[in-house]
Amino acid sequence: MPNASSALAEQFDDLPQQQESSVLGMWTFLATEILFFGGMFMSYIAYRSAYPQAFAEASRHTIVLYGTINTAILLTSSLTVALAVHAVQEGRSKACFWLLVLTVLFGCCFLVVKGLEYHDDLNEQLWPGPHFKSGLPPQSQIFWFLYWAMTGLHALHVTIGVGLLSVIAWMAQKGKFSAAYYNPVDVSALYWHFVDIVWIFLYPLLYLINRYS
Amino acid sequence: MDSAVAHAHPHSHSEAGHAAHAEGGFWSKYIFSTDHKIIGIQYGITALFFLLFGFCLMILMRWQIAHPGQPVPVIGSLLHAVLGDTAPKGTIPPDLYNSFGAMHGTIMVFLAIVPLAFAAFGNYLVPLQIGAPDMAFPRVNMASYQFYFIGGIIMLVSFIIPNGAAQAGWTSYPPLALVIQTDGQTFWLIGMVCLITSSLLGAVNFIATVIQLRAPGMTWMRLPFFVWAQFVTAFLLLLAFPPLEAAGVLQLMDKVAGTSFFLPTGLSASGFHAVSGGGSPLLWQHLFWFLAHPEVYVLILPAMGIVAEIIANNTRKPIWGYKSLVYAVLSIGFLSFIVWAHHMYLTGMGTYISSFFQITTMIISIPSVIVLTCLFISLWGGAIRFNTPMLFVMAFLPMFGIGGLTGLPLGLAEADLHLHDTYYVIAHFHYIVAPGTIFAIFAGLYYWYPKITGRMMNEFWGKVHFWTSLIFMNLIFQPMFAQGMAGMLRRMADGGANYSAANVKNAIGGLPDKIMGMHRYILMSAVCLGLAQIPFIINFFWSISHGKKVTSDNPWDATTLEWQTPTPPPHGNFAVAPHVYRGPYEYSVPGHTTDFTPQNEPDEVPSRQPAHPDFGPAGSTPAVQPT
Repeated sequence: MPNASSALAEQFDDLPQQQESSVLGMWTFLATEILFFGGMFMSYIAYRSAYPQAFAEASRHTIVLYGTINTAILLTSSLTVALAVHAVQEGRSKACFWLLVLTVLFGCCFLVVKGLEYHDDLNEQLWPGPHFKSGLPPQSQIFWFLYWAMTGLHALHVTIGVGLLSVIAWMAQKGKFSAAYYNPVDVSALYWHFVDIVWIFLYPLLYLINRYS
Repeated sequence: MDSAVAHAHPHSHSEAGHAAHAEGGFWSKYIFSTDHKIIGIQYGITALFFLLFGFCLMILMRWQIAHPGQPVPVIGSLLHAVLGDTAPKGTIPPDLYNSFGAMHGTIMVFLAIVPLAFAAFGNYLVPLQIGAPDMAFPRVNMASYQFYFIGGIIMLVSFIIPNGAAQAGWTSYPPLALVIQTDGQTFWLIGMVCLITSSLLGAVNFIATVIQLRAPGMTWMRLPFFVWAQFVTAFLLLLAFPPLEAAGVLQLMDKVAGTSFFLPTGLSASGFHAVSGGGSPLLWQHLFWFLAHPEVYVLILPAMGIVAEIIANNTRKPIWGYKSLVYAVLSIGFLSFIVWAHHMYLTGMGTYISSFFQITTMIISIPSVIVLTCLFISLWGGAIRFNTPMLFVMAFLPMFGIGGLTGLPLGLAEADLHLHDTYYVIAHFHYIVAPGTIFAIFAGLYYWYPKITGRMMNEFWGKVHFWTSLIFMNLIFQPMFAQGMAGMLRRMADGGANYSAANVKNAIGGLPDKIMGMHRYILMSAVCLGLAQIPFIINFFWSISHGKKVTSDNPWDATTLEWQTPTPPPHGNFAVAPHVYRGPYEYSVPGHTTDFTPQNEPDEVPSRQPAHPDFGPAGSTPAVQPT
């Protein structure tokens, strides 16, 4: 397997060791990411318990349709990226390429829907500050700070993920991966699943809790 | 590949090392290098520069404290030229003093000590000590240094923008941090995000490297203690930094996007209009100290690792209680995450929470004492070689002891009510970081210098550096305990002259002249400490080209793997991939021809009796068995 042996970096003894190291590296990196979003979630919990009424009131102004569509899109993209890893493990690098392209497209759809939602939010004057929508309790602004901060940072992660998977798809198309060497696909897929999971938490926290109570 | 290089260049080892990497030019070899050793040196040099810079800020602050409002002698005009109207006529007005205070803390912690102790020593030594050719992710490693460098530049640039650098202390508490009208705070936050990213990338790399790239036979209980310390440090950085990064992003939004995550309702300050309020300043303190308490252990654990290596080498006997040290350092790592709110007793967060954090704080002192005790007992019965590295290490032990023990009253809410935010606190943590960690860093520099350069640093000037540093360090920080207990608060631009009403006779709460007068002695000692570093700086650079050449790859007769490489280690590190047969500190093994047995030296099987492990005479420790 010529492309597999040339993929071995000099600090590793063999490909399995390299594979294990990069997966371990990605998991440790994701641990930092979880704690990073953890800081945000902690702030959310602190303020939600301090101002439950204002938060419930504020969350009714999120657009649940967009949120739900995006949840469906991201969950499906997690499936396609998992199938891409499965395909490359079986040596079907062509299928892997197309599944990665599909994932990238889903990611782009997510960002487009998010953009539409941001547009509507801004029209509704939900950007906190002096021009904030009147009639809401004052602390509901904190909910909207958190909304913009958390979904914004999540969208940044989606954007990075789309870029990353595009490069991986391009490499797959070039025939860089095989059943013996598919490390980068595996590791990028892990990252994409993480982005997905963060959204799974954001969706109920921002759109669903106490919405219809 | 390594052996091929060694054959192709039948010169000395050092030339082979250069030749192996010569194909990239200057830029790819020294600036954009992915070699862990070059990156370690880059970190080391940059961080030493910041250490000196942070020290200079301190001298300027001490001048202002001792002589409030008077122009700084000698460099006053330079100060005015560089900083413009923020330093009128070379004086240091309170705003500038606050900038210097905030940046002294930030630079010393995030740009000097952590990069030196963790990134510089760790990068250079961890792969060597575990017998790996490089770090697991060399390009991530390079990116880590580049983020650090950019963060450092942002911090430096913030001094010369209008209104100057951040002024709200290294803790950057809102609302103060947000109401001060300077963009320095924005620079500070962006710089911190870069530095945090750098540390996170470094931590990921260290963890993957130690878990995956250990040489065959290098079991967990054969790792040198230095590697254990760095490994735990990496976990602390990994888990403590991200929440601060999140908090930093939120504070940045408060600063530039008009949100109020940390701004309370009804906040009013001159020239500042709170947008909506409702935020909690206390939340920032929790998120900050959730990082910053583990950070304290990030500052000290690598130093303990360095100290253990040098003690074993210079007492010529195994470290006493290696396994206790390992378990103690793991306990410290875990416990350091549940003590953070002992910095916040005065916030009124409630007595139950205070009680919880008092208890955990007292508990974490136990493993710390175990570490110090093991290191002390390691000296017992050793044939100690009093060279410069060992002198610094011997001073580390009592100095760290003073720093640690004076922390106990601060961990108890009752005593902290009196001592909080006084000079006592400053003296306490400087005893841990300055004559503690910095002495360990000096020891490490003198000790590993011959491996890095192939030449020794001058021993006589090293000893001059040591004795003067030791004396002046203590003359600086001892009086601060007295000042703090008398009630002198920190962060006073005039050293408390107005606040304490020291000049008014019989004022209630006024500080006696004796306490106020200590400022002048501290200033003199600080200047002398600065002068004491001159021999070190000259020695450091002079020895690169003029130091005494080492005669072997292992000039200290050490056992760990970094000494079993060519000098300096070439790209790829080892001439022959090492195999590890024994624990890290097999000094003075009975029956052995030399008083040290390197980790990669094979067992002479026939001379041993496998059925009866040789425990040696009383007082010596058996070889650590593989687990």
